[in-house]
Amino acid sequence: MDFLTLLQVLDSTVRLATPLLLACMAGLFSERAGVFDIGLEGKMLFAAFSAGAVAYVTGSAWLGLIAAIAGSVLFALIHGLASITFRGNQLISGVAINFLASGLTVLIAQNWFKQGGRTPSVFSGGRFEEITLPFAETLGSVPIFGPIYADLISGHAILVYIAFAVVPISAFVLYKTRFGLRLRAVGEAPDAVDTAGISVVRLRYTAVIICGVLCGIAGAYLAIGLQAGFVREMTAGRGFIALAALIFANWRPWYAMGTCLLFGLLQAVALRYQNIDLGGITLPVQLMDALPYILTVILLAGFVGKPQPPRAGGEAYVKER
Amino acid sequence: MDKMPPWADAVLVPVISLLLAAAISSIVILAIGENPIEALNYMIEGALLSSAGWGQVLYYATNYIFTGLAVAVASHARLFNIGGEGQAQLGGLGIAMLCLFIPFPHWTLAFVFAIVAAGLFGAAWAYIPAVLQAKRDSHIVITTIMFNYIAYALLNYMLVNVLRPEGAMEPASGNFPDNIHLPTFQEMFSYGDTILFRSAPANVSFFLAVIACIGIWVLVWRTRLGYELRAFGQSESAAKYAGINPARITIIAMLISGALAGMMALNTTMGYSERLVLNASEGAGFIGIAVALMGRNHPVGIFFAALLFGFLVQGGTELSFWTSIPTELIVVIQALVILFTGALDNMVRMPLVKLFALGKGDR
Amino acid sequence: MDSHISTPPALELIGISKSFGPVQANKDISIRVMPGTIHGIIGENGAGKSTLMSILFGFYKADKGDIKINGRHTLIPDSQAAIAAGIGMVFQHFKLVHNFTVLENIILGAEGGMMLSQSLSAARKSLKKLADDYELNVDPDAKIEDLSVGHQQRVEILKALYRKADILILDEPTGVLTPAEADHLFRILDNLRREGKSIILITHKLREIMEATDSCSVMRRGEMVETVKTADSSPAELAELMVGRKVLLEVDKVPAQPGAPILEIENLRHVDEQGVERLKGIDLTIRAGEVLGIAGVAGNGQTQLLEVLGGYAHATGTIRVNGTELDLTGKLSDGQSRRANGIAHVPEDRHHEGLILPFTAWENTAFGYHHDDRYQKGILMSNKAIKQDAQEKIERFDVRPPNPNLAARNFSGGNQQKIVVAREIERNPEVLLIGQPTRGVDIGAIEFIHKQIIELRDKGKAVLLVSVELDEIFALSDRIAVMFDGHITGERLATETNAQELGLLMAGETNTQEAAHG
Repeated sequence: MDFLTLLQVLDSTVRLATPLLLACMAGLFSERAGVFDIGLEGKMLFAAFSAGAVAYVTGSAWLGLIAAIAGSVLFALIHGLASITFRGNQLISGVAINFLASGLTVLIAQNWFKQGGRTPSVFSGGRFEEITLPFAETLGSVPIFGPIYADLISGHAILVYIAFAVVPISAFVLYKTRFGLRLRAVGEAPDAVDTAGISVVRLRYTAVIICGVLCGIAGAYLAIGLQAGFVREMTAGRGFIALAALIFANWRPWYAMGTCLLFGLLQAVALRYQNIDLGGITLPVQLMDALPYILTVILLAGFVGKPQPPRAGGEAYVKER
Repeated sequence: MDKMPPWADAVLVPVISLLLAAAISSIVILAIGENPIEALNYMIEGALLSSAGWGQVLYYATNYIFTGLAVAVASHARLFNIGGEGQAQLGGLGIAMLCLFIPFPHWTLAFVFAIVAAGLFGAAWAYIPAVLQAKRDSHIVITTIMFNYIAYALLNYMLVNVLRPEGAMEPASGNFPDNIHLPTFQEMFSYGDTILFRSAPANVSFFLAVIACIGIWVLVWRTRLGYELRAFGQSESAAKYAGINPARITIIAMLISGALAGMMALNTTMGYSERLVLNASEGAGFIGIAVALMGRNHPVGIFFAALLFGFLVQGGTELSFWTSIPTELIVVIQALVILFTGALDNMVRMPLVKLFALGKGDR
Repeated sequence: MDSHISTPPALELIGISKSFGPVQANKDISIRVMPGTIHGIIGENGAGKSTLMSILFGFYKADKGDIKINGRHTLIPDSQAAIAAGIGMVFQHFKLVHNFTVLENIILGAEGGMMLSQSLSAARKSLKKLADDYELNVDPDAKIEDLSVGHQQRVEILKALYRKADILILDEPTGVLTPAEADHLFRILDNLRREGKSIILITHKLREIMEATDSCSVMRRGEMVETVKTADSSPAELAELMVGRKVLLEVDKVPAQPGAPILEIENLRHVDEQGVERLKGIDLTIRAGEVLGIAGVAGNGQTQLLEVLGGYAHATGTIRVNGTELDLTGKLSDGQSRRANGIAHVPEDRHHEGLILPFTAWENTAFGYHHDDRYQKGILMSNKAIKQDAQEKIERFDVRPPNPNLAARNFSGGNQQKIVVAREIERNPEVLLIGQPTRGVDIGAIEFIHKQIIELRDKGKAVLLVSVELDEIFALSDRIAVMFDGHITGERLATETNAQELGLLMAGETNTQEAAHG
């Protein structure tokens, strides 16, 4: 593999890792607060549709983004209502949200645009264009570093940079602020939070809404960043890969970034090479597809450092006594 | 302590949830610019007013009975098996390998062996998450989700690289031999010049589904194993007191659940497509969750809930022929049913509980 | 009291009542706690102590009554209000975030600003001061999960003090502590008292009341039975007040005719999941035709003894039934093997162990015995046989309503207990383990259940009775063993002892001869 090919694969890795990373950070906020979320996929899908539809109609990528966030937060609030207010089963709620998104997106898209459940292609203006960072062209000729800067770091949509900025911001919020302390506490020991005089319900709703916002950005990136419009089921299981990445990262922001890049790389490689020849042994492309899940299951089995999910995750808080 | 009479819990809660789902769907239909009553008419006409329609409904219902029972059995042991999709696909793989590579003299023999193969493959796919849950405390919901995707990749590989006939483009296996073709309802019930269930996919697997309902009812309510399963699901501490082994029950429940999900593929793979195609589970693994929730984990409830969903899916297909309402409306209804009967159960239940408490107070 | 007449009580509860449905958890409770004193509240499980404290901390709203703090009426609608009123609570189960550091736990909810770094450094300073003032040394950067239970408790106390609590409530603080840790705790509490803080110590351990408190209130069945000055009281008196001096329930019984040993226990030891040794070498023998009562304050290892005997907790040592040694750790140490060995078990907690509450009464009558041959019909269970059996048991035990199809949760406590007792006793076991047989059971059912126990004894079986009700122990037992801190502190014939002596044994005093007579 020559340098140029490597760069291309890595460039594609960054693009493919972006929605994973955003969804993964979304799940991180929700689950760190004790609300399990297997509905990342659905929220992302609905956001992608909202973005595609609004961007097409208005011709504005930013309005598309706002619509995506609004749609995703709406779904997040349904999840909050079910799992926080009505103390329902968080997993079942997540399943319902995934189907709701899957059905509603196509239903509405078909009704509005009559193109078989997709939005019409969104062209410039409606999409987040690739940004050329300063000096990318001048530095491009510098050996090694130049192409890395010009092709790999420069030349992505703004949402990509936002996604990677979310990581340090999240780490800061989680570990350095009062809100982060409380958020992490409510996922581990809601009784400690409650007896400290803090509202468990309000904290968890906040976390769920943040989750909605980030899923919204992820969906918007899929529809009007990575591609030019919404296509049915365009999330294609990314919400679940993000979930796997979250477990893999043990619910920590920087590790989440590492895992999402790894899973993004797997996708990029699978996309570029159908089967990989490793000196006589051929790795089928399907193995690459399944690898994130296989790795996660192995990790869950606890043979190599067992993941430690937030202790109060998945359970509604009921005051004792 | 009982807040509601049992019949209210078994019938009223699901019916109200369904009505809520129907109300919201009607709003959606209105928003699309169609008439909900008219839509219902189309659905009933297309699904229930002809034997061909019924043949479709029963075909879908067969899938949902199996996957609904699969979810329910696990649920009785307080396990959420969300991996029905993967288990069903593996079941299909088992059937395909059996039917393609072993020559059978007659469909009956093939059917019997296929039941075993489908069950074994499905159970095997559920076994790993079960053991991981029982022995290593790995969350079964997460592992079964992961196993769905792993199954999909595995099936994709098998169909593209192993089972695909040479020269064929489509990721699907070759056709099963003609002599093991399962009798369809059309073949079984047509007489003389009267052709019933014309070209409908419903086949003999439906009867197996009915037998499975009875079998699961017997298992859960008439055997020691079922007794232990339910006891464990209700109270792990009491189960320990009684000498019931939690790990053993977890694994057995998941094996049965996986086997049932696997058997679903009999209907789609052996009964309908007569070859293995990608996505032989047709999403039924997930619809099984809605069916089990709606049917209150009881085989009778599941049978009727499966019929209902069969009707919805078939009706939805008809609807998309005659109106501008796409079939995805059914997915929305399914989501709403899961939402109301599962996640928002308390929202539906709380007012009912109050209502019944009022009634009691008056007396 | 005269010296305090000018200062109002730090905390005063006036006529507090609280009901949950038909159950009255607190009846007209009044307490005064003076500043700079330690006030003990003593009572058995279910006496209503926890409810009272939950009201004080804003978890529940009292149906009736007033709370005054420093003489002022104070409303406590939620925990925030309680904290603001200067109340600090150390719960029995600590409210700590296990993977946070000590400092992070202390500032949680009292951070002061948006950013953590300032809050943390401020907390670090005041923590140092608190540690020096009160012997409350904890490494501020240690994670909670790495700390011993004793240190975790100090964090809870520090949390309260950091929030400037003047009234500190501790709920069963020594339940999880070693004796040395407990001693340290009481030194801390003493320091706090000297600083003028008021402390409420909720416990069921007499020794602590005697050692640590200035005054003490005894609660029983939701009522405040008496408030005494600790110095004017004695452990024996408090023990009697605690378990109640209600009319002795007479049980018609002839003197026991003990035969050969049936249940023999030697050097039984059990370590629980938290690594605490709960049984520290128990030796007991029960003969045929004999009831052995285990007296003792709850939480001294009785529960674990029943669990080990019942087959669902592992142990070391020896247990023999009619000479056959039982498996204590292997495949055969489960409930079903124990039943096969002739051990029947009425567990202490019928809701979590003895019954599956959503199951019908008839299903529950087979629970644990569902492998019995008479309940099988080929590969199926014979529901008919179980129902028939249930019907008979319900009639013989006068379970009301006599409807075997009703879910267990719909029966009253007494009738639920009858179902469990019927199931266990009707099989004529060699050994009957029975824990708290009449907890939450009405008088009529108590008498009935007691009669059944004596009948089984008279059939020549061995009965191991665990009860925190002293009069129940006296009414039923032929011999009484007292458990304290995982040990048997003494064994007496029921006819040759009295409540005073048992009270001393229950408080961990082994040398009762001297104490009683010397």
